[in-house]
Amino acid sequence: MPPSFQTLATATVLLLLFTASAVSCASLPPEDGIRIVSAEKRIDLTGPIVKVYLTLKVENVAAASDAYQVLLAFTPTEVQHLAIVKATRAEGKRKKKTYVPLAVEASDLATSAPNGANLYSVLLDAPLKPGETITLEVLYVLTHSLEPFPAEISQSESQLVYYRDSAVLLSPYHVLEQVTYIKMPSNRIESFTRVDPTSRAGTEVKYGTYSNQAPNSYLPILVHYENNRPFAVVEELVRKVEISHWGNVQITEHYKLRHGGARHKGVFSRLEYQSRPSISGASSFKNLLARLPPRVHSVYYRDEIGNISTSHLRIGSHKSELEIEPRYPLFGGWHCTFTIGYGLPLQDFLFESDDGRRFINLTFGCPLLDTVVDDLTIKVVLPEGSKNPQPIVPFATEKHLETSYSYLDVVGRTTVVLKKNNVVGEHNVPFQVHYEFNPIFMLAEPMMLISAVLLFFVACIAYLHMDLSIGKSS
Amino acid sequence: MASTALDFLPAPLRSLRLKTKQQELLLRVSALALIYVLAFAVRLFSVLRYESMIHEFDPYFNYRTTLFLSENGFSEFWNWFDSESWYPLGRVVGGTLFPGLMVTAALLHRLLRALSLAVHIREVCVLTAPFFAANTTLVAYAFGREIWDSGAGLVAAALIAIVPGYISRSVAGSYDNEGVAIFALLLTFYLFVRAVNTGSLAWALASAFGYFYMVSAWGGYVFIINLVPLYVLVLLVTGRYSQRLYVAYNCMYVLGMLLAMQIRFVGFQHVQSGEHMAAMGVFFLLQVFFFLDWVKYLLNDARLFKSFLRITLTCVITVGTLALVIGTASGYISPWTGRFYSLLDPTYAKDHIPIIASVSEHQPTAWSSFMFDFHILLFLFPAGLYFCFKRLSDATIFIVMYGLTSMYFAGVMVRLILVAAPAVCLISAIAASATIKNLTTLIRTKSKSPQVTSGKTTGSKAAAKGAVDQSLPFQHNAAIALLLGAFYLLSRYAIHCTWVTSEAYSSPSIVLAARGHNGGRVIFDDYREAYYWLRQNTPPDAKIMSWWDYGYQITAMGNRTVIVDNNTWNNTHIATVGRAMSSYEDEAYEIMQSLDVNYVLVVFGGVTGYSSDDINKFLWMVRIGGGVFPVIKEPDYLVNGEYRVDKGASPKMLNCLMYKLCYYRFGELTTEYGKPPGYDRVRGVEIGNKDIKLEYLEEAYTTSNWIVRIYKVKPPKNRS
Repeated sequence: MPPSFQTLATATVLLLLFTASAVSCASLPPEDGIRIVSAEKRIDLTGPIVKVYLTLKVENVAAASDAYQVLLAFTPTEVQHLAIVKATRAEGKRKKKTYVPLAVEASDLATSAPNGANLYSVLLDAPLKPGETITLEVLYVLTHSLEPFPAEISQSESQLVYYRDSAVLLSPYHVLEQVTYIKMPSNRIESFTRVDPTSRAGTEVKYGTYSNQAPNSYLPILVHYENNRPFAVVEELVRKVEISHWGNVQITEHYKLRHGGARHKGVFSRLEYQSRPSISGASSFKNLLARLPPRVHSVYYRDEIGNISTSHLRIGSHKSELEIEPRYPLFGGWHCTFTIGYGLPLQDFLFESDDGRRFINLTFGCPLLDTVVDDLTIKVVLPEGSKNPQPIVPFATEKHLETSYSYLDVVGRTTVVLKKNNVVGEHNVPFQVHYEFNPIFMLAEPMMLISAVLLFFVACIAYLHMDLSIGKSS
Repeated sequence: MASTALDFLPAPLRSLRLKTKQQELLLRVSALALIYVLAFAVRLFSVLRYESMIHEFDPYFNYRTTLFLSENGFSEFWNWFDSESWYPLGRVVGGTLFPGLMVTAALLHRLLRALSLAVHIREVCVLTAPFFAANTTLVAYAFGREIWDSGAGLVAAALIAIVPGYISRSVAGSYDNEGVAIFALLLTFYLFVRAVNTGSLAWALASAFGYFYMVSAWGGYVFIINLVPLYVLVLLVTGRYSQRLYVAYNCMYVLGMLLAMQIRFVGFQHVQSGEHMAAMGVFFLLQVFFFLDWVKYLLNDARLFKSFLRITLTCVITVGTLALVIGTASGYISPWTGRFYSLLDPTYAKDHIPIIASVSEHQPTAWSSFMFDFHILLFLFPAGLYFCFKRLSDATIFIVMYGLTSMYFAGVMVRLILVAAPAVCLISAIAASATIKNLTTLIRTKSKSPQVTSGKTTGSKAAAKGAVDQSLPFQHNAAIALLLGAFYLLSRYAIHCTWVTSEAYSSPSIVLAARGHNGGRVIFDDYREAYYWLRQNTPPDAKIMSWWDYGYQITAMGNRTVIVDNNTWNNTHIATVGRAMSSYEDEAYEIMQSLDVNYVLVVFGGVTGYSSDDINKFLWMVRIGGGVFPVIKEPDYLVNGEYRVDKGASPKMLNCLMYKLCYYRFGELTTEYGKPPGYDRVRGVEIGNKDIKLEYLEEAYTTSNWIVRIYKVKPPKNRS
């Protein structure tokens, strides 16, 4: 594409140019001695979710003080859409490279950064001594950051989206050398902002190398390109995990799905859709893949009005894959709700800890691949008679307890409710719920049934042996 | 003998030995329990083969109302004004339905919830019909015992458990009024016969409550309120009048009437409409009869009584006729409804009420469907009548009358086979039971006699032996052969019933199944695909226009407002839709604008070969539309009296809205190898108009097999 096309789009961008120098800023970050020697930012725009990989080479140039944390800066819009930030420290060289995961937390210094930029701090496992350098690998995921333009497309058009970011790394530190790569799914790139030096190779656009950027620099860029990957957004997901100590874990998942891409406008022609599947409805999708644990059984897939017959299940030794097809192909803006349920063997998930308590080890997040979950609720229904539940989740969630009732319940089952917004595939990590349970409660329900049947028979015997008539019948 | 073997057992075990009476009770209870389970289990084919879902059309309305009832409570339900159907008129649901079914299901659901069984209301609805069918077997047993003996009762229970005529309306998922109504019908009849037999006020009261339940459940209660007085009349005429009858009928009628009037849909019709007058007439007649009886007892003079009788009868008949004439003339007594007429005169509906005639289940019954639904019962029925006449009693007269009248109605309308099924089963059970009993007595007396003679020789046994000796030669063998024949027939019946249930009556009709090329099952789930699309992707207040058949399903599954639905209470409204469908697009657009229609839904089977689609129903739309709006004329759509869709079709047909919507862009599609594009697989022709342009509508959605097509009505153009 000729470069003259690309500069036009920049005018529409919100101009956020941070040129404030480190000196003019009133309160400086504590480790102002830190400097980023080199930074590489790789933005993956191939899917509906934006993934950014940062490789930072950080040096402590302070005279005496050790550095305990490295700060990352995000714009307010980014923070709104930020699903997860993960950081690791790379050790060794080339093939012997190992990664040590590091904790990341929102920094309370947020207010001190200019223009409302938010800071996250990567807590180092060992203090960075003056003069030392380390390499940090940071991954962060942004959801809902691709804006379809045009916002409404017809069946035969493909979907174009905008992506906005900065050519240089937004950082509270001085950056000596920096490159940004943007990877797109196809060759069709309508336009991209030029901030020289800028080059394009196939599906990739490279910004940089830029050197000697002052802290908090920001050079807005805008990329307009084709992205026909399914924009599946789960607006609401309620996962209910019911534990039975008789040997089963039953999981029920209620999905509220939406195609989050450019809205479909005008006619839907089945003929076009059937006869020209490659061009017609390119951005629509008709199936989704869910990754379930191995040894899954009794899988069902239904919605409010009944069973949906279009699904395939492949059971493997490491994972099971469930391919589901909604009743109709989803075009931009179309909604669809459905329920998936399955059973799992208890021994794969329930363990006994050293103190005699039990804990269930489950996977957080959503089993559907490449989807964003706006609002996730996980309900862990413990067996009747469980006490002192205690969830352990590796990231911040909203937690509370409630009581739910199911078959033959008298006092109700303790239910742990976990809620989280903006969940992506990176959140599919194990979490645990510890609780106390006395196995004697397992017998409560069978005993109830046995006594009911016994009572019935006793009543029958009594009835047959008693004469209930008032007068003597002849 | 069996008891001799038991003598060797130790004493404590011997005390556990059952007496003959207890053995019989145990056998009877276990047989009944097995029948009960069988009746329930045989109806679960559809759940096993498809899923736990509601079938057909009307059940979807029942399901929707039950859902409403269980969510909002009875008082809300009773006062429910449904604005989602019959737009813009709406429907007063509480006052225009029989709430028995919904209340029953909601109560069952609440009961199960109270027992802390966390079942969904849908499961309760799906299994309501099989549950009540199982209960019906118990009633059939009691009824059979009442009119004949407990053996006949058991056979009746077994027969009714699997009779296809009843199964057709009570498989799991066919959540319709008939499901509980047949139970209520048989229960009412049983309790009434029991009341007549015993003369007990308690049984009569029970039958009044049975009647109340029936009235609350189904419009077919009219059958009870006409059959029972007819029966009373027959007893009077045949000189079988008794105090018992007087108590039973009066209590049942008066209380039943008062209770029935509590149902809003019936209300004062019970004392004002023509269909209920027979019961009232018989009620008064019974009073006169009683009075005359009393006078006769007082007078003790035949001549005096005769003249008194003459005067009273003249007075009563005059007063009665006068009351009827004045009532009818002043409009106090409403005349018979069309539906009632069409029952008495099978040709009536065809000429006067096309909306009733257009429903396939209202057609007269073919012989084959009698055979299909009754199988050997069709032959046992006359035999049973013979046995009934041989041992005439108040109870057998009742069952004979029930059998004969219901058989007539079953001949008039296919769906009324259902009403005849219990009677046919009971009468056939009498035949089967009596025959088998006779045969087994023959065999047993013969086989016993050598044993008896070798043992003791008492006078009575010798007499028995003498009786056997008098019998015909080869009687024993003939009896065994006949018995085997009977068992063969009965087992054929069981096989036939199972086969019919699994093949014919267990498909939910909302999901279509076909055999694929490789023999595998192909599922066409297009209806639900379309309804779910409507539910999720149209504005919540969208109004959908479709032919009335799909109205209930659209409101229940699509959760959208419809113009007309299966409750065909307003003929004009349906005719308006029929008119829109059969007009040119611009005329139809005006009608649709006046009805605020946003989407139009048509059902089209040309791609899959699904024959009950809208093109095949189209002539009924023309007829119903033309019945109210003379602009629509049936001959305009026909060519020489023939209904065609190919090139030879009439121009009006080729350009009417229904044709355009069904065949839009169909001309570009190749449906079958070796056939030109636009080949309609139902009609077996290439369509006549392949270049269809839509001006006021646009295709909004078409399901994967093209069975349901939804069009969006474009907003009016800006004035230029």
